[in-house]
Amino acid sequence: MRYASKRWFSVFVLPTFVAFSIAFLIPFIMGLYLSFCEFRTVSDANFVGFENYIRAFSANGDFLNALWFTVRFAFAAIIVINVIAFLLALMLTRGIRGTNLFRTVFFMPNLIGGIVLGYIWQLIINGILYNYGYSITSNATFGYWGLVALSSWQMIGYMMVLYIAGIQNIPTAILEAARVDGATPLRTLRSIIIPSVMPSITICLFLTITNSFKLFDQNLALTAGAPAKQTQMVALDIYNTFYGRVGYEGVGQAKAVVFFILVAVVALLQLYLTRSREVEN
Amino acid sequence: MKKTRISDILIFVFLVALSFVFLIPIITVVANSFKDKFSISQTPFVLPNSTTFSGVENYINGIADTGFPSAFFWSLFITLSSVGVIVLFTSMTAWYITRNKTRFNKTLYYLFVFSMIVPFQMVMFTMSKIANLLRLDNPFGLIFIYLGFGAGLSVFIFSGFVKSIPISLEEAAIIDGCNVFQTFWHVVFPMLRPTAITVAILNTMWIWNDYLLPYLIIGSDYKTIPIAVQYLKGGYGSVDMGAMMAMLVLSIVPVVTFYLTCQKYIIKGVAAGAVKG
Repeated sequence: MRYASKRWFSVFVLPTFVAFSIAFLIPFIMGLYLSFCEFRTVSDANFVGFENYIRAFSANGDFLNALWFTVRFAFAAIIVINVIAFLLALMLTRGIRGTNLFRTVFFMPNLIGGIVLGYIWQLIINGILYNYGYSITSNATFGYWGLVALSSWQMIGYMMVLYIAGIQNIPTAILEAARVDGATPLRTLRSIIIPSVMPSITICLFLTITNSFKLFDQNLALTAGAPAKQTQMVALDIYNTFYGRVGYEGVGQAKAVVFFILVAVVALLQLYLTRSREVEN
Repeated sequence: MKKTRISDILIFVFLVALSFVFLIPIITVVANSFKDKFSISQTPFVLPNSTTFSGVENYINGIADTGFPSAFFWSLFITLSSVGVIVLFTSMTAWYITRNKTRFNKTLYYLFVFSMIVPFQMVMFTMSKIANLLRLDNPFGLIFIYLGFGAGLSVFIFSGFVKSIPISLEEAAIIDGCNVFQTFWHVVFPMLRPTAITVAILNTMWIWNDYLLPYLIIGSDYKTIPIAVQYLKGGYGSVDMGAMMAMLVLSIVPVVTFYLTCQKYIIKGVAAGAVKG
């Protein structure tokens, strides 16, 4: 059915398409090309092949360190956030008094921006560490767990809301049947609730994975990579490569391409793995 | 009649304790914003007392250092305008490309979806250079750029909903003499309203808090709230902790107010926005 004639294209699609092209499509394609060039601005590019990619990994250890730190951070954050969020969702779907108030409180940190979150947690963590004569930048371990705590505080509420929606979608008839058949709560959880909320698990994992990998504001505000770039995540490392010193723009762009491929592969792999476990109900 | 179980009471007590843990960071920042700047870093968990209480001095200093009122204005202006523009244009686009499945439109749809997983750093440098070149480095240009960046998620969510609207309603409108524009505004958009609220809320939460994009595009001339807060850290050798605390509180107040008044829509919107994925 094609009743909307061609002339309406310019009204309905063109504004979005032009903005999308300028903000995303053209910069993306240029970015791919420039990662193989040496350049200062975007107009003075010289093709250099894979040199930027080689320099990204070999010039200093920053990029590899940042990649490794990001993966370690993401691993801890994804587990902590999803486990706690799921448990809270189970607790908040039992009809306990005050459910709405609890949900309101747990979700609230999500609305606060990354920069502000970073400074709030810097105050909290430094306040605790001060008693032992440390600060958050004296050891990379503090920054690591600080980031995990911060992201958990920020994202648990969001994922909890998604899990609650998933659990509430389970037909009560199935849960009743399980109860009548004498299933233990643990058995119900394993055989009914978890398989039924697989779509929620898929989306929550997807959101936590991509958010954890892309984290920037929180990283910048909490530690800015200190001490000695040890708590620098990939997004911040790329930013510093671009704007930190002249002559490294190509290297920054090459790092960005590697980063993009990494995020895309991990996200797609996860979608594929969890989608295949979703059941039709 | 449901009987209260012991396990429910235990869970209730646990949730009360956890709520308190969740609120500690915010309470701490609020309390410290009223302490003099020298007694913040070392004893943040002590409430202000007669020697450390400094009244609203931190707020006065913070506002003077960061130009908070103007940052608030720009944040509000950019967020409201961008969200309005995004909802308007992406709903039209999503409807049009879902109903006209040409090869171009299908490709465009997949490009929108694709753009959602690309990290900002991938386009950061080239995009800010292009924005500079096209003179988009002002608040109005920024709104246009937000339309481009917001298009991915917004078109995706709108399209998911358009697919579930029966096409016969639109056909009836066309037969009754509506043109395409009228059909969209009088028949389709009213049905899209709940989705429009979802899209508006997700984009508001993102744009209001966004730091890097506005910093790169307009940061040197126009500060939004996140830029103003970060500026407090970057602009001086040592940070005025008092001013910092006051600015954190001033940044949180509008967000929490928005949250508490629109909570129902926000939580529904967040859940609805994800289910479509």
